[in-house]
Amino acid sequence: MRHALLALLSKESAHGYELKQAVEAEFGELWPPVNVGQIYKTLGRLEADGLVRSANVAQASRPDKKVFELTAAGREELTVWIDQPAPAVRVKDEFFTKLVLASRAKVADPLVLIDRQRRAHLRQLRSVTDLADTASGLAARLAVEGAVLHLQADLKWLERCEQAFTTGGEF
Amino acid sequence: MAVLRTVDLHRQFTVGETVVRAVDGIDLTVGEGEFVSVMGPSGCGKSTLLHLLGGLDRPTSGEIHLGEVRVDRLKEAAWARLRRRRIGFVFQDYNLIDDLSARDNLELPAVFAGASPRQARDRAGDLLDQLGIGAKAGALPPQLSGGERQRVAIGRALVNEPDLLLADEPTGALDSRATTEVLQILGRLHEAGQAIVLVTHDPRVATTADRLLTMRDGQVVDETPLGGRRTALALGDLLER
Repeated sequence: MRHALLALLSKESAHGYELKQAVEAEFGELWPPVNVGQIYKTLGRLEADGLVRSANVAQASRPDKKVFELTAAGREELTVWIDQPAPAVRVKDEFFTKLVLASRAKVADPLVLIDRQRRAHLRQLRSVTDLADTASGLAARLAVEGAVLHLQADLKWLERCEQAFTTGGEF
Repeated sequence: MAVLRTVDLHRQFTVGETVVRAVDGIDLTVGEGEFVSVMGPSGCGKSTLLHLLGGLDRPTSGEIHLGEVRVDRLKEAAWARLRRRRIGFVFQDYNLIDDLSARDNLELPAVFAGASPRQARDRAGDLLDQLGIGAKAGALPPQLSGGERQRVAIGRALVNEPDLLLADEPTGALDSRATTEVLQILGRLHEAGQAIVLVTHDPRVATTADRLLTMRDGQVVDETPLGGRRTALALGDLLER
């Protein structure tokens, strides 16, 4: 949320409610409903860190509104975030840790763990593909496709784990 | 009554000195209107299983019941007559007759199964319309795209209103868009009450079913129920914030 707000403020100064609307316009169905309190809390932290500053603007018939703008440090922070590649997707390490340790300690049959994990992935895949019908915008369609491809890769990798264990591989 | 039931089904092949147990003791029940998919790596026996169910191959031992009829003991001709009416088969490579129009590819099996030419024509026309290719009824299969050909093949499989639709890698030759179309068609058929057994190595295709069986070395080693109440997932759960 921090960087999303910095990015939105780099376009133009805005008050909290406008930022909520802008986030919803960009991500709509992809993010759960954004709570305006959460936006103000994040803005407060950004201000304390010197990344944004606020000014009260008087309004004719309503209380003053607080308008936020990016500081030079905020712009710098945004540039660093934008320019940095996101970390590559990690191996699902919790399952992998379980698989390795449980079979080494002989507290579980690795094939049982693999089967259980596969069932979970398959059910997840079904849920994600069901979502495709509700994904109307381009961003939503790309997000669904990404989730499907990740799950397909995870399932393929489980197949590899299974082959390794069934052909009697030892750690 | 189950649409299909197998009891301890086996199919062995002898290759030189080696006996290959392609299907090794499968008990499968497909309920009325149920959609079951079978997934597994190539060589796990899933296609052999489907061929046994569809009468394209005969079991070494075990039973196959289609509704109330035990079919594994039927003579070749009787089994052929029965499956023409009660089983529809969809293949990966369509298996259409290339010098017959799409419409004629549907009419032919209807006439074979006893429909009058008029009935066959009506049913073929209706089905092609429902499958969204009514406008191409006169085209020859080589003039159609892969997705269109598979829709014709699905129409052919359905023309005699079978109790059971069998599909062997029906999207195996299709691109992602045509795959989605075929999956939507299968989903609609299933909603309308069609019982389906589908074999695939693609998890996305397999998870459209009510129940997914995983096969390995001729045996069903795992079962994943997918129908009914599913994980309520929202688009908002897909992305990290």
